[in-house]
Amino acid sequence: MSATHFDAAAAARAWRPPPLIETPWLRYAVYLGALAYALVAFSTIEVNWTRAAEGVERAGRFLSGFFPPDFVTKGDDILAGLLESLTMTVVSTGIGIILSIPVALGASRNLAPLPVYLFCRGIIAISRTFQEIIIAIVFVAMVGFGPLAGTLTLAFATIGFMAKLIAEDIEDIQASQAEAVRATGSSWFQLLAWGVLPQVRPRLIGLSAYRLDINFRESAVLGLVGAGGIGDTLNTSFDRYEFDTAAAVLIVIIVIVLACEYASGYIRRQVQ
Amino acid sequence: MAILTRADGTPDWRRRTPKADLLVWAGWFGAVALTVACFQFISDRTIWPFVWDAPAQGADLIGRMFPPRWSYASQLWKPLLDTINMATIGTALAIVIGVPLAFLAAHNTTPSRLVVRPVVLFIIVASRSINSLIWALILVIILGPGILAGIMAIALRSVGFIAKLLYEAIEEIDATQVEAVTATGASRPQVLGWAIVPQVMPAFAGISVFRWDINIREATVLGLVGAGGIGMQMQASINVLAWPQVTTIFVLILGTVLVSEWLSARVRHAVI
Repeated sequence: MSATHFDAAAAARAWRPPPLIETPWLRYAVYLGALAYALVAFSTIEVNWTRAAEGVERAGRFLSGFFPPDFVTKGDDILAGLLESLTMTVVSTGIGIILSIPVALGASRNLAPLPVYLFCRGIIAISRTFQEIIIAIVFVAMVGFGPLAGTLTLAFATIGFMAKLIAEDIEDIQASQAEAVRATGSSWFQLLAWGVLPQVRPRLIGLSAYRLDINFRESAVLGLVGAGGIGDTLNTSFDRYEFDTAAAVLIVIIVIVLACEYASGYIRRQVQ
Repeated sequence: MAILTRADGTPDWRRRTPKADLLVWAGWFGAVALTVACFQFISDRTIWPFVWDAPAQGADLIGRMFPPRWSYASQLWKPLLDTINMATIGTALAIVIGVPLAFLAAHNTTPSRLVVRPVVLFIIVASRSINSLIWALILVIILGPGILAGIMAIALRSVGFIAKLLYEAIEEIDATQVEAVTATGASRPQVLGWAIVPQVMPAFAGISVFRWDINIREATVLGLVGAGGIGMQMQASINVLAWPQVTTIFVLILGTVLVSEWLSARVRHAVI
């Protein structure tokens, strides 16, 4: 074969896409580290295999207990739990959004002075770090069992979520528009109403719809720690081994989550 | 912007027509009325004297929580490691199951739009609608308490999340690249490997790390229903009202979550 001959086929076969991590030693170090971690992590799982083997049979009985789902026997409980969940969702989203707007304004570096900014970012960090369940435990300890604890929990979680995302949006607004409004001699509140709000409104509406959807989902589990909602019904039915009722509750949750998701998706498409 | 005409024929600039004004007003009125009605429902189920007592209760709780019992932390490293392992292995398992599902669900890669796609979409929705805590509740009954139930719960919840976001990314790829690779005479697996996978790789990395970050948070509470990790210590401490221990656990969770969030933000920043 002559040296000048270009073997296109061989060249094509030899070419490889560039690897994700350029430096070879770093690449192999990451691979080795991941492998070592996987080995260590798997070795820490203590599996009681006899228990797990029994579990297969138990799973069979358990799943057969799910069918047919029983909507009727505890129909009143399911309905009450559902109503509680839905009302918790509405109230907590409403309160959460109203409270999240001032926090979002404070957490935007282009609107707020540094101390206010740090304070508001602190609120956001605390609200986002802890799982809703943990916050619910604290609120249940404070205001007692029932939907109010769940509502407060969801409202608190909504503040962190909405404020963080809206603050990011406010920091991304076109400064020229706000500048133009400011140049007309407007006050700070007029600047918000005419320079900032119109730019973030679509995202505000979209996020609110999304959060409504999330809050319903979360309201379905808060009952596990006594914070009301349909999770209470679910937990009770598991505790009483009424698996047919539990299946009915799960189906109700899935259907409503689906409905919420379609509704919130529709709203978001309309505004964005 | 709507224009009305005044009686003398000059244009009257308004933001909305009177009808639209009325609709907006009615919308706000409806939303506020609904929220108030829902709050009434919740308030009927609340024992208000407990709530009025809340500031005292809260102060009492905080009084009991401080100072944290730091010596308890020495018993927490193992559960904390379990928590992180649960989140990591669960995420890895979810990736293994979720990625093929995503390719089966995306309308441009699915083998059959009539049969496979709806089935896979249903699996994704069912996995997403049920919170990992509820999955854990079910799995603890089947597999027995322990870290395995937690891993499975995390995996089952994350499959839907990863598959949904990934199939949306696959549907949004640039079709011209696929066409170019197809035009070279590539087979279907080759098109997948050389045209589609490279395009969704950054999205995939981002989604996986994002879910891992969420899973760390979720894994901290799975122990409440017996699925292993630091949540079991939390449950035990709350049951015996050992609030100083609970504070120690909260601080450890806060630290872990902050580190995981920072890590996930770094990785997402690097790949996107």
